[in-house]
Amino acid sequence: MTPPPGTLLAAEDLRKSYGPTVALDGAGFSIHPGEVVAVMGPSGSGKSTLLHCLAGIVPPDSGSIVYDGRELAGMSDTERSALRRSEFGFVFQFGQLVPELTCVENVALPLRLNGRPRKEAERAALAWMQRLEVDDLAAKRPGEVSGGQGQRVAVARALVTEPRVIFADEPTGALDSLNGERVMELLTEAARSANAAVVLVTHEARVAAYSDREIVVRDGRSRDMERAI
Amino acid sequence: MNVRQWNRDLGLGVRFAFTGGREGWVRVLLTAVGVGLGVALLLLTTALPHMLAARDRVSDARQDYSFSYTVPKADDTLLLAVTDTEWHDKEVRGRLLEPEGPKAPLPPGVGRLPAKGEMVVSPALKALLSSDGAELLRARIPYRITGTIGDSGLMGPRELAYYAGAEGLVPHSGGTRVDRLKAFGDPHPTPQKTDPVLILMTLVVFVVLLMPVAVFIAAAVRFGGERRDRRLAALRLVGSDSRMTRRIAAGEALAGSLLGLVVGTVFFLTGRQAAGSVEVLGESFFPSYLDPTPGLVVLVAVTVPAAAVLVTLLAMRGVAVEPLGVVRTATQPRRRLWWRLLLPLAGLAMLYPMVGNGRNHGEFNQYLVVGGVLLLLVGVTALLPWLVEAVVSRLGGGALSWQLAVRRLQLSSGTAARLVNGIAVAVAGAIALQMLFAGVESQYTKETGQDPARAQMSVNLSGHGRLAAAGAEFARTKGVRTAVTLSSGQIGGTRKDPENMAAITVGDCRALREIARLPSCRDGDVFSAENPRTDAGYLAQIRTVMRPGTRVWIDPSEAEVRGREIAWKLPATIRPAPVRKDSLLTDPSGLLVTPSALPAGTAATLYGQVFLRLDESVPDAREHARTAAARIDPLAYPWTFSATEQSNRYTSLRTGLFIGAVCVLALIGASLLVSQLEQLRERRKLLSSLLAFGTRRRTLGLSVLWQTAVPIALGLLLASAVGLTLGAVLLKMTDTAVSVDWASVLSMAGAGAVVVLAVTLLSLPPLIRLMRPEGLRTE
Amino acid sequence: MSIGHTLLGLLESGPRHGYDLKRAFDEKFGHDRPLHYGQVYSTMSRLLKHGLVEVDGIEAGGGPERKRYAITDAGVTDVERWLATPEKPEEYLQSTLYTKVVLALLTHRDAADILDVQRSEHLRSMRILTDRKRKGDLADQLVCDHALFHLEADLRWLELTAARLDKLRAEVTR
Repeated sequence: MTPPPGTLLAAEDLRKSYGPTVALDGAGFSIHPGEVVAVMGPSGSGKSTLLHCLAGIVPPDSGSIVYDGRELAGMSDTERSALRRSEFGFVFQFGQLVPELTCVENVALPLRLNGRPRKEAERAALAWMQRLEVDDLAAKRPGEVSGGQGQRVAVARALVTEPRVIFADEPTGALDSLNGERVMELLTEAARSANAAVVLVTHEARVAAYSDREIVVRDGRSRDMERAI
Repeated sequence: MNVRQWNRDLGLGVRFAFTGGREGWVRVLLTAVGVGLGVALLLLTTALPHMLAARDRVSDARQDYSFSYTVPKADDTLLLAVTDTEWHDKEVRGRLLEPEGPKAPLPPGVGRLPAKGEMVVSPALKALLSSDGAELLRARIPYRITGTIGDSGLMGPRELAYYAGAEGLVPHSGGTRVDRLKAFGDPHPTPQKTDPVLILMTLVVFVVLLMPVAVFIAAAVRFGGERRDRRLAALRLVGSDSRMTRRIAAGEALAGSLLGLVVGTVFFLTGRQAAGSVEVLGESFFPSYLDPTPGLVVLVAVTVPAAAVLVTLLAMRGVAVEPLGVVRTATQPRRRLWWRLLLPLAGLAMLYPMVGNGRNHGEFNQYLVVGGVLLLLVGVTALLPWLVEAVVSRLGGGALSWQLAVRRLQLSSGTAARLVNGIAVAVAGAIALQMLFAGVESQYTKETGQDPARAQMSVNLSGHGRLAAAGAEFARTKGVRTAVTLSSGQIGGTRKDPENMAAITVGDCRALREIARLPSCRDGDVFSAENPRTDAGYLAQIRTVMRPGTRVWIDPSEAEVRGREIAWKLPATIRPAPVRKDSLLTDPSGLLVTPSALPAGTAATLYGQVFLRLDESVPDAREHARTAAARIDPLAYPWTFSATEQSNRYTSLRTGLFIGAVCVLALIGASLLVSQLEQLRERRKLLSSLLAFGTRRRTLGLSVLWQTAVPIALGLLLASAVGLTLGAVLLKMTDTAVSVDWASVLSMAGAGAVVVLAVTLLSLPPLIRLMRPEGLRTE
Repeated sequence: MSIGHTLLGLLESGPRHGYDLKRAFDEKFGHDRPLHYGQVYSTMSRLLKHGLVEVDGIEAGGGPERKRYAITDAGVTDVERWLATPEKPEEYLQSTLYTKVVLALLTHRDAADILDVQRSEHLRSMRILTDRKRKGDLADQLVCDHALFHLEADLRWLELTAARLDKLRAEVTR
């Protein structure tokens, strides 16, 4: 398929089953650079699977995903990994920071995965931590910081490679509303200023309110609410 | 806190262990199998004294040396000839028996003496003889099987042995031992004075092998500890205090170790049954020999659960189980060096007074030896955590995989050190022992003076005469390239009780040239040979006998043994012949005689020997030669040449140590793997999110490798240092020159490296399985 | 709440007498406030005038309560348009939404669709509030938060309803 011009990442007719469980049943998606799109839907609807497929973490059983003119389905696992390292950033609900690394080392991790020297990577990491107001935690281990701080560290880590798409799966799921909103504010602001697209999976309306538009996933099928209305 | 409360909490823990759902079961099973392996090894050790004693009893009971020449023939005597042979490197114990009266003694395990042409065999030999490919052995032992030897007459179920009936044996008749016996068994058992060095080494072997087992049991008790801690946190939430929690944890460990005792007993009993069908170093054991010593069993049964409880209580000290989770004391005090150094130093201090004792200055103090070695090895376990912490905290830089591994180690260097401790202790002990063995071995290895390049076998014929025919028959035998026949006897200057005697070696010119360089040779010539290495006094003695032209007596009579006393006038010219450096006979000093130079009737006084050069390209050349020897002369004794001969006890100790060390390393490898897998399972979510970031599997695989390799490398380093020190001290104690056996250091270090690699490789498939996006799905 | 549309929707499943209409309305939606007879007749005459319903028959005995009404094609279209039009987000609008959902189920339309559309409309408001909150001062933030939380509560209820649609369908069509 050829997505409309200006689309950064688009997917069509995605199908994916885990054994007998059908997670995606013909879902579609599209996003422009600098756009924040919320993926909503009840739990078990296939939101996370859609995100995993879009990010090239899981290959769909069928359907097409086009990122920046390239078809993801045709890529090998190695190529998709390389794409994730350099073009995408990730924020998850929890359990994503490596407990034995310090915060700054955690933020520098994606840069190090791309082969950047340690010093340079950590300098860049510290700059992002400053923007997310957590630079004072640089030398601490994840176990020693609060949930909200840890999530900001995770956001800094997702942004440090200056990715073109950030995938956030329930980024505020484990936070209270104040911390959650602060994280969302910082995430969307940083993404907008960097002209990065954000795919935001959430079931919370107040989190989804930080998006530009939303897509609803139900029973493995997606519905783009902007086009529907 | 009173006993009842203790009992209640421990009991609660035991109950939790078994009712903790699938997770709890898995944990208990892991612990039980781990402890069980250790217990089985301990039980085996407790059975060793009994086993050795049982074997000694059999060996004593069937002892068939007659220590006297003067047993007269009677109706309760028996003639016995030794006809041991070898079959493909396995020894076959063979005896020919000829009763001299109705009351002839029976060897143990034999109900009735076999008649001529019949034999009773061990079950293993029976099976071997009826198997395919044993034709050569059947031809060698051609007797009809009429019965089997009972267990009381065998050292083990796999022993190959037979007793065959014979007629016409002549006692003390030739090169082969033929004795007249009144009874089997040693009539005057004189306990062999055990070599103090051997005792020392045996003690050290046991300490070295048992220490890692103890370390392993301690580690096994903590299998699955992190999950247990979470369960304990839940208990705190419903109101148990921290002491209760600790006791409940100890109760869980107790349950695991008690089950471990059961599992260990099952392992031991299964192993014991299996032991009957395996051979270790050519030896087999009856399961009934492997009876643990009751006192030691009780000790094991009490110590293991007690240790489990103690270890858990100690381990829980650094952990605060709070209602909402587990807090490991965040700022652990930095490990101090001084008291850790005290242990090995104290060990050295205990061993030091015995330095220079050697084997001639009485016994080693067993307590000091065990204590000293123990302290040195425990010192390893005390020093290693400090070393790992000190080194790891200074590490940094390098690739991402390295960084991940180093950081992980920094966070929990204690865990890493604990896991490696077992390996370190085993390797340190093994290195020390191998060094000791290598050093002492030279004392126990004899030069045989044989040169396997000149001939591969020699056959001593029992009787006199028929030598030439035997030589010709060997030459025709498949696999034999050349057969050199030589016979030997004695000449004396007088007819009876000569003052001076000399050896004569008889053979044709070709055969004599195998011994000395002859200027020229015709049948009828006589040469004198003097080996420059022969003792000068002896040379002077033989010179007085072998003066040309004088009269000498062949086979003179000595004391009550009457010889044939054949007079011989030596020829007028006896040319000297320089002995070859690679002479077939080790010491041929004396006369070299061609057959026609001797007077008639001499042949009957000479002992014949046939040297064989084999065609090694013919399969089973040695077996063909042995069978031919048995056909030619049932009492013939074939030897295989080898340059050196080792003390059997040392070989078995050394192999025993090696097998033990390998078992211990495998055990520890298993526990490393278990904890590695546990750690991976704990990090499933993290691994999946790292995958999302595009982390290469190689990076994580390498970090797992580093994580195992760094502590093990440090452990091996420390182990080598301690092992070499201990080895040097032990060598000094045995008064042996200190030399480092680098080969064994390298091989033990190599074995450690193999364990690292194996653990890493085995944890890779689960790592890859866990690194799947499914891990990101919320449950 | 539009009584006209509701009555129209009830007629879609088949012609009814005025009296039946009132009973059905009360049973399904008028939990706390039963409908007045007069209200039914005035509404029906308005719908007749607009051509959305027609009189299907009159029973003997006279009286307005004996008239039987049926929905016209124009009426069906009108119901459809009404259901598809999102409600302006405001506080406590569950009753309208609830009515819409039940009607959709009764008429075998996709109730989930209605919820999705409504969510989208809510989110549109919430985005505006969020944006205002981001740019405004603390007072603004508090005011906006108040509205946001109410809107969120609506949406939560919507989600819950959506999750229970199957059960609801079984109940209303009983």
